[in-house]
Amino acid sequence: MMAVWARPVSRWGCLLSAARAAELPRRLRSGGRPARACRQLARAAALPAGKEIVPGRLPACRRLSVGSRSPPDGAKDGSFSSPESNLPSVQQGQAKPEILPDLNAKILDEDWDDIPPSSALEVISEEEAVQIIAEPLLPIQSSTLREYVDHSETLTKLVHLGVDLSQVEKRQKAGQLLLTLDFEKDVKKKLLFLKDVGVEDNQLGPFLTKNPYILGEDLEALETRVAYLKSKKFGKSEIAQMVSRAPYLLLFSVERLDNRLGFFKNELGLSVKKTKDLVIRLPRLLTGKIEPVKENLQVFNSKLLRIRERHMFLAFLGRAQYDPAQPSYISLDQLVSLPDEVFCTEIAKASMQDFENFLKTL
Amino acid sequence: MAAAELAGLFAVYKPAGVAWGRVREAVETRLLRELNAAPAAAPRQRVRFLPTPAPGGGGAVELVAARVPVLADHPLVRGPRFRKLKIGAGHRLDVKASGVFVLGIGHGNKLLTDLYNCHLTKVYTVGGLFGKATDDFSDTGNLIEKTTFDHITREKLERILAVIQGTNQKALLMYSNIDMKTQEAYELAVKGLIRPMGKSPPIITAIRCLQFALPEFQLEIHCLHETQQYLRKMVHEIGLELKSSAVCTQVRRIRDGVFTVDDALPRTQWNLQSIQEAIRNCQLRVETELEKTLAHGEGQESSSSAGWGQLGMLGRNVHEQSLQYSTAATCQQCDGQQKERG
Repeated sequence: MMAVWARPVSRWGCLLSAARAAELPRRLRSGGRPARACRQLARAAALPAGKEIVPGRLPACRRLSVGSRSPPDGAKDGSFSSPESNLPSVQQGQAKPEILPDLNAKILDEDWDDIPPSSALEVISEEEAVQIIAEPLLPIQSSTLREYVDHSETLTKLVHLGVDLSQVEKRQKAGQLLLTLDFEKDVKKKLLFLKDVGVEDNQLGPFLTKNPYILGEDLEALETRVAYLKSKKFGKSEIAQMVSRAPYLLLFSVERLDNRLGFFKNELGLSVKKTKDLVIRLPRLLTGKIEPVKENLQVFNSKLLRIRERHMFLAFLGRAQYDPAQPSYISLDQLVSLPDEVFCTEIAKASMQDFENFLKTL
Repeated sequence: MAAAELAGLFAVYKPAGVAWGRVREAVETRLLRELNAAPAAAPRQRVRFLPTPAPGGGGAVELVAARVPVLADHPLVRGPRFRKLKIGAGHRLDVKASGVFVLGIGHGNKLLTDLYNCHLTKVYTVGGLFGKATDDFSDTGNLIEKTTFDHITREKLERILAVIQGTNQKALLMYSNIDMKTQEAYELAVKGLIRPMGKSPPIITAIRCLQFALPEFQLEIHCLHETQQYLRKMVHEIGLELKSSAVCTQVRRIRDGVFTVDDALPRTQWNLQSIQEAIRNCQLRVETELEKTLAHGEGQESSSSAGWGQLGMLGRNVHEQSLQYSTAATCQQCDGQQKERG
């Protein structure tokens, strides 16, 4: 669950000062070119220089464009993921992307020793000083998504949708996946796809909390699986219900789904229609292990305790009448599902205190 | 922080049929749910410069300062504030038994050990049924034999109970390590404070019959260092002594040290407010009991000839408790008494 962060190297900074163009977020994986990962706060007009204080051995501070950071030499290792690539591109202003790659190429050819480093102690004008924004660096690796959420468009939008990031970051590699996704390109399409399938808007958040991996799946594969389910004569609303209840369903490949449905038909001996009914009501049977009954047993036990207590209370009061023909009949439904206060006052015609005292005699 | 203030001892009523661990977890889950539901602090704000289209139009953007909340403080990102609570359990109850079950929260867990070292008696109501014998001495076990029980009367039962109490009294005196020939021992015995202050096998200090309606009967048992299975075995042996057989239908603890059934919280009251109230109510009683027992513990030990080994343990307890009795004072007291006798 680490997010690998690019350690800024100050040398690139002074080279950037020549660029002074509006920065755009760039994906670092694009072709191995050293991408320039930048903050979103760029101005279109003449960009002032910001200072970035680099800790450690590198002696000089560079004049950078506001808040920009530079990655290490992309030529050395061009393939690492960076959360910066998802910085909210709030300004949709003019972009001059062509300038940057050219500069990069030029810079690579130059000899580094030609560039005189500027010192951190040199005097700057007041306007430049005001325009420096020196924020703490994002950590290179972290076990939570807290540090990155403010700087990543994908994460911000997901939080606004209702995804519980504190749960997601506990899953294996889910945090890493979310950070590397680009909202515009990947996530948006998948969300529209999910809406198409029938997941409600307010359900998207919990759905993605339980299954963030779906955002990394291939869109065609997802569509194939839905088509498969449709071919098995599951209606659209039924598919929507199944997918909402069992978020992992669409992660299964077509063969796996087929195997599982076949298992239910053959092993449990259910007819096609019954299998379908069962699967629609409890799609977690498909996604869970083949002994899901144990889970039901535990739930059953705790309810059993409650029912037993209530029944004994009624028996103690002489009101345990389960025969519909007799007066003062108490239906099983009422016995089970009513909350405690209502049960006491209505059914048992006793106070809560009496019920508690009775509980303590069991 | 509400969780930090939540510390102390309280008792819950454990229902029969669930393991004590589940009861502890259920209490912990409910408390966590209530603590996390409390409104959290507002997220920090931060000034950011957001580009907005300039009023002149034409694609120019200008930066406008705006206060935005920091998303890192958002509850969906940070997660629940409390994830665990330290809840410790006192004397355990097995699955089939029910009754008063003491739990400690936070700093109260330290008091749990001290309460354990007080060796206070516990009181049970044990229900039995004549005529059957099973392998695990309870009514849900495999049946081994069936017998008649018409010959049993209440008088015979009470005679057996008196015998049991007598043998246990002897064991009590033996394991409490007191020299019977001293004045201290007599005074303690008069007050009824002789107890084994260390490890010992189960000892029954008092036993009497509450109800007798053939084939059922109910006993009240005051005991120390017991297990519930031992009590069930006792019922079985009572049956054997009466030339019949008996199984135990119910084991219910009605008192554990200073906590009685009235203090115990039933399942419907396992919430933050009731627990806080229960802790407050029991706090004074627990403290007085601890002080009383440990003070007597010192007096008792100093009078016994072989008691010096145990004094070290008590001295440690005194330090931990940070009572008013300082070790210097106790040593003086002991020395004084030694001189008297010597």
